[in-house]
Amino acid sequence: MAEFIELDQVSLRYPGGNVLALETTTLKVDEGGFVAIVGPSGCGKSTILKLVAGLIPATTGNVTVDKCEVRGPSKGVGMAFQNPTMLPWLTVRENVMLPLKIVKPFRYEYASKKKTEFADRAEALLKRVGLAGFGDKRPWQLSGGMLQRASLCRALIHEPRLLLLDEPFGALDQFTREELWAIMQELWMDKRPTVILVTHDLREACYLGTRIVMMSARPGRILENSAVEFARPRTLVMTYTPEFTAIVKHLRMQIADSRGVALEAA
Amino acid sequence: MTLTQQTRQRVLSGMSVLALFLLWEAACWIFSVSDLILPKPSQVFRELIVRFPALLPHATQTLLTTLAGFGLGVAAGVLIGVMIGSSKLAYDVAYPLLVGFNSIPKVAVVPIFVVWFGAGAVPAILTAMTISMFPVVVNVATGLATTEPELEDVLRALGASKGDILWNVGLPRTMPYLFASLKIAISLAFVGSVLSETVAANRGIGNVMMIASGNFDVPLVFAGLFILAFLGVALYAIFSLIELKVTGWAQRKTEFTII
Repeated sequence: MAEFIELDQVSLRYPGGNVLALETTTLKVDEGGFVAIVGPSGCGKSTILKLVAGLIPATTGNVTVDKCEVRGPSKGVGMAFQNPTMLPWLTVRENVMLPLKIVKPFRYEYASKKKTEFADRAEALLKRVGLAGFGDKRPWQLSGGMLQRASLCRALIHEPRLLLLDEPFGALDQFTREELWAIMQELWMDKRPTVILVTHDLREACYLGTRIVMMSARPGRILENSAVEFARPRTLVMTYTPEFTAIVKHLRMQIADSRGVALEAA
Repeated sequence: MTLTQQTRQRVLSGMSVLALFLLWEAACWIFSVSDLILPKPSQVFRELIVRFPALLPHATQTLLTTLAGFGLGVAAGVLIGVMIGSSKLAYDVAYPLLVGFNSIPKVAVVPIFVVWFGAGAVPAILTAMTISMFPVVVNVATGLATTEPELEDVLRALGASKGDILWNVGLPRTMPYLFASLKIAISLAFVGSVLSETVAANRGIGNVMMIASGNFDVPLVFAGLFILAFLGVALYAIFSLIELKVTGWAQRKTEFTII
């Protein structure tokens, strides 16, 4: 498959600070790929997402998305964060439809279709993540896990070609998180957007990623970029097989190394 | 159940007003306080009724100047608040200026307005405007400046312009702040217009009270105070009602809970 995202010799130093957030990095992501970025905290994982979305400019190097150099905020990238950031004055359905209000060409039709086609589309997506019938509720009436599901719907409603996820399952309990992995995988296999997922959870990275990018502690640089070969759709049972565990263990060792901690002692 | 509780609240607050008047009346009788110092409430109400036709145009004048000043103040306040709330630079540049401006006692400004525009309604409107503007500016700016950065990232990555973000996120989330400031601003607007009427006007409640106190007609002075208090409470209540309608989502615990 063709490259969809390319970071060419990109580094980033946040303005006003001497901290080098991202050391010169080169990274390629295939179209329709699912890349999981793992690494110790503060290693520039989220920085990569912001660079790809064009929210911050690179200090050196070029970021290319879909053969176009990124020069400013992108138009129509889906994003989801650890915090669901729903707007409390809108219903859940209206929150999910928010991108349709912004992204072209949907925004021109928003006024005429918000009660019909767009509402149906939001409702269908909510149903897929297990929130059927919750469209008319207000965000504060939903639990954290439900809000995160809604937040995924908001990231996907306009069928973006690129999806950037910054620890979207990080604040959830393990059972909810694992349910959402399955849902995420299903949604991805359905439309095959290109996904970059930043996570601290190594099992999550192995379950969801077609590739895993391992980063070092600050200043961030890529230590390893490897393919995950398990067949799709992956299942929860698979995560307890020796092959799967071996990969997780390998990744865990790498992280321990990069933090300068011996795993046996920890 | 909620209804009975609400009714009880209303009855209680009504009774507290009544109790205040009764206590006041009783105190005046017991200590035989002179009318020139503190008239009895019954006297004030009699004054209100007898002089109602004469007082009405003055009350209308004060109400209209206050509302005009308040309206202008809110419009200017929202405009300035949006400007300094959505740009860090504008915030840094304009804030010291604004605080300095607000620190000037408005009594000191009235004579300047009178010099510029002559005595009458215009200085009253302008005083009401300048005095009611500041809380609106501060609250609108705060509401806008505290938008979650992650939410802004979500929208910016979708290609949202600054205007899109302001319209879809900034302004709606500022509404509770705005209404909180409107309730303060409407009371302040009365202070401003009456202040100006006291200094330079030939109409309005402030003017009536000024002349009445010059004539030692203390019951009339108090009648003026009662009118102002009534108007203030009425407008406050109207804005509370609109607030409940517009920003009900922010008061989830009381009226809005469904499950």
